Amino acid sequence: MWSLVAVELYKIFKRPRTYIAFGAIAALIVVIQLGLKLDGASYAAFIMKDINDALTVDGKVLNGYLICYILLQLLLVHVPLLVALIAADMLSGEANLGTMRLLYTTPYSRSQWVMAKFIAASIYTLLLLIWLAVLALFVSMWVFGTDDLFLMKSNYVVLIESQDVLWRYVGAFIFASFSLLTVTSLGFLMSSLANNSIGPIVGTMSAIVFFTILSTLNIPLFSVIKPYLFTTHMNNWKEFFDLQVNANNEAIRGSILNVAKIKNSLLVLGLHIILFVTIAIQIMKRKDILS
Amino acid sequence: MKKIITTLISIVLLQTTNALAQGDPLIDKVSRKLALVNDYVAEGVMKTDVSFIKASLGKVKVYFKKPNLLKVRKEGGISLLPKGGVSLTINTLLNTKQYTAIQAGTQVVKGKSLSVIKLIPNDDQLDWVIATLWIDPVEALVYKTATTTKENGSYEISMEYGAYAQYGLASKIIFSFNTKDYKLPNGITLEFGDDEPVSKQKLLKNKKGSIEISYTHYSINKGIPPHIF
Repeated sequence: MWSLVAVELYKIFKRPRTYIAFGAIAALIVVIQLGLKLDGASYAAFIMKDINDALTVDGKVLNGYLICYILLQLLLVHVPLLVALIAADMLSGEANLGTMRLLYTTPYSRSQWVMAKFIAASIYTLLLLIWLAVLALFVSMWVFGTDDLFLMKSNYVVLIESQDVLWRYVGAFIFASFSLLTVTSLGFLMSSLANNSIGPIVGTMSAIVFFTILSTLNIPLFSVIKPYLFTTHMNNWKEFFDLQVNANNEAIRGSILNVAKIKNSLLVLGLHIILFVTIAIQIMKRKDILS
Repeated sequence: MKKIITTLISIVLLQTTNALAQGDPLIDKVSRKLALVNDYVAEGVMKTDVSFIKASLGKVKVYFKKPNLLKVRKEGGISLLPKGGVSLTINTLLNTKQYTAIQAGTQVVKGKSLSVIKLIPNDDQLDWVIATLWIDPVEALVYKTATTTKENGSYEISMEYGAYAQYGLASKIIFSFNTKDYKLPNGITLEFGDDEPVSKQKLLKNKKGSIEISYTHYSINKGIPPHIF
């Protein structure tokens, strides 16, 4: 099995298209970091206007932890589109080139080939996420330094102590891996339905955009279906950055406000991954490869 | 006759003015106690209790230097303090010496009979408009102040005393202040689709803001480098 995965990984990393995502992420992060380094004070003053009217905030607000949070907010919405570039091409690419028949004449079963391709696409996705983590978190920590994480949400502010932050990012990135693997499996499913690459890639991107819009609209009609959409749960990595408060209104160190919400989202995303991959395997098992 | 009346009125007015300028004997007693402290560094634990802020307890250091230099620093972290309010402590109010003190009776606060004295600044350049002090006449300790400022609203400061009471230094200070509504557009916070902000808000208990500092240790008259302020 691992030899099949190695073959698929070789094929992925041989294609120049693979490196577009790595390049795009690096370019976006560097541009945002540069902008915040040069003019971060103005940005901080703008978003903290309401706070500064009542309180004096003393300390390094614009530190590496906050920069990483801002970057993740911006990028984790768009990275799924980059993941689709590779994942949605995994099966349809072979069909398009006419190499599917060749694969299935090897002593490995169709299921083994499909699983090997999914594992390879997942490894690519995880490497992309690690690349994102290194640039967004560790480079930001190096460039901007560290301090407490001062998060301004729509209705309240959360101040998380610096020693209580890093494990939350580990949790958030593990959660994000589930989100991106859901996109990988969706692209994989789309890929099993077509014999060319463009259709599944555009189809996956369209599905993500469509469901993301449904998830973000606060219209009561859509609220019924929202809990079942994977895009609703993909953004819940932010739950790692909210604290519980006790009866004295003191935030509790090391706490997470809504652990159940994270568990529920992981379950929904996990079920989506299993469902999409299982359907893709079944489709590929029955697929006519003689045409 | 007219000259005699004019002279008498002038004498009465002059005496009244002198009495106001000299201040209140109780304030002088408090001032003498506070004058023992030229500077201090206090270590303590700060609690931020504002309806729209979730923050845990944090260790702070408070630096004070005569006449009115004061700085609160959180050790290795971000601190949130009421704008302009923290610097208006008893030391900074009384050390200006630019006020008129008016007796306003007595009040019982937490079982203590306290003298109420109102301070009105003589200098228009000062930040505060009026301050009320609740003072224990026996101990010469200020237990509560209420200050109205020109630009930063009104503040109440309550004090508790312990081991450093002989210097007039509190073991616990609570700054209470009014907070404005806090709201950031979703376009800035990028929190689209979050339909639970109201329920989250319910977890935050209090509506009025307060900052509470419990002091654990004072280092008095040891000198403070100027760069701290």
